[in-house]
Amino acid sequence: MIELNRVGRSFTVGRRKARKTVHAVRDLSFTVEAGEFVGYLGPNGAGKSTTIKMLTGILAPTSGRIQVAGLDPTRRRMALARRIGVVFGQRTTLWWDLPLKDSFELVRHLYKVDQIDFRRRLAELTELLGLAEFMSTPVRQLSLGQRMRGDITAALLHDPAVLVLDEPTIGLDVVSKAAMREFLRHLNADRGTTVLLTTHDLGDIEKLCRRVMVIDHGHLAFDGTLDDLRATAPDEESMEGVVTRLYSG
Amino acid sequence: MVRTYLLLAWTWLRASAQYPGPLIMMVIGSFIVSGLDVAAIWVIFEHVGSLGGFDLAEVMFLYGAAGLSFALSDILFGNVERLSQHIKAGTFDTMLIRPAGAFVQMATDRFSVQRLGRLAQAAVVLAIALPQLGLPAGRAWMIPVMILCGTVIFASIFTLGGAMQFLLTDAPEVANAFTYGGSALTQYPLSVYGNELVKGVTFIVPLAFVNWQPALFVLDRPDPLGLPYWLRFAAPLAAVVLSVAAALAWRAGIRRYRSTGS
Ligand SMILES: Nc1ncnc2c1ncn2[C@@H]1O[C@H](COP(=O)(O)OP(=O)(O)OP(=O)(O)O)[C@@H](O)[C@H]1O
Ligand SMILES: [Mg+2]
Repeated sequence: MIELNRVGRSFTVGRRKARKTVHAVRDLSFTVEAGEFVGYLGPNGAGKSTTIKMLTGILAPTSGRIQVAGLDPTRRRMALARRIGVVFGQRTTLWWDLPLKDSFELVRHLYKVDQIDFRRRLAELTELLGLAEFMSTPVRQLSLGQRMRGDITAALLHDPAVLVLDEPTIGLDVVSKAAMREFLRHLNADRGTTVLLTTHDLGDIEKLCRRVMVIDHGHLAFDGTLDDLRATAPDEESMEGVVTRLYSG
Repeated sequence: MVRTYLLLAWTWLRASAQYPGPLIMMVIGSFIVSGLDVAAIWVIFEHVGSLGGFDLAEVMFLYGAAGLSFALSDILFGNVERLSQHIKAGTFDTMLIRPAGAFVQMATDRFSVQRLGRLAQAAVVLAIALPQLGLPAGRAWMIPVMILCGTVIFASIFTLGGAMQFLLTDAPEVANAFTYGGSALTQYPLSVYGNELVKGVTFIVPLAFVNWQPALFVLDRPDPLGLPYWLRFAAPLAAVVLSVAAALAWRAGIRRYRSTGS
């Protein structure tokens, strides 16, 4: 479903004399099969968001090859958009000034979702995510958690085979976070949607992800099951401890 | 693409129609402000009978035709110039994950009728000038061609301006060459610096060759600069060349897009 083959992405930063190249991602290879639920971990600046941007066609890789849902994201960006759902926890993909329901209606048109499917899916998501009370509120007036639920809905209305989320639980309260996790679990288990998610919340990982990948300085530092991850530091009691060990080399 | 454009524009229009008061005020405001330009032309003609050999109706025709082209392209595509704002706010990333062209989404973002004021004003000026000129059909056919070509050319310039902003976020040292210091440059698009100057050069040059030349044909005037006669029919060629260049630049820009660090 997602396939990266020796992918690299660098940025030239700074001006003139202070100029240097930042290798955000280097020589990264991994494969995610259909139906998997993968957690993508790494310290700040490790290259997680950069990877996600390359998977979704926002950024072109500087080297290597990527295939998502059978397509090259850079070359077939718009075709890919119809097959994947993308959620950025830090910013909305909704239209800031439009009421939530207008945003969804626009999504329906842009993604050419069949009217009947759309109604059914929207009703289902409204129910599952409790959107009813702020359906007519402009996105800019929504609270973070409300907005996030709206974003997830918008990303799923076209029933994508893959859902990619960059820090979807950032800033959510414990109740919302639990609801979000339950929803993602249901989506993956019952609908078979492939999910790749980045997070700094190890609870997300422990509750949801069968497989974990850890990236550090643009390199893949770990790839395996949750148990494998724990086994990397058997003397550590908590997940925090295990991950701290991994992050600090 | 046209469907997507109309869909997005319509959605934004509907959203803005929730606050009709300020909207109407702005349309009237821009109509009046651009109307002052016309008043200035009239004042000049109060004192002199002609301007560079052109009488009042002819000058109004030149002004109206150019204004109409500019207003049309500004309404349809002017927003593309705001690209760097979207890049910095991260909203451009969002446009790239939707199954619609980033260009169309940029052009229609916050589509509003407030720019209609200038369009209305140019149309009025043209409507006053045309009957006074009494043009035969053998020359008048050029008018729609000229307005259409002008619109395409201005739109291409807007697009080229937008495409430049991909580069400037990418390679701030390019902009450095134009200005001192430069430390703040990544934060601002080039258009902030000497905006009027840049606009003056980039818009007036094609205007001279593309609006002016067909206008000479319409008005049946010899070229004061003595340029070859065929230039009067070169507007469509210029429009095609410029729009192809703009499309290529835009695509190259998207490929070089580097998003933001957070
Ligand atoms: N547009 C950009 N221009 C310059 N450098 C960038 C850009 N985007 C990312 N980087 C750099 O690439 C590296 C990886 O950034 P990235 O955003 O992928 O990290 P991340 O793993 O998502 O971190 P976080 O957990 O903080 O979100 C960082 O060093 C960052 O400074
Ligand atoms: Mg990130």
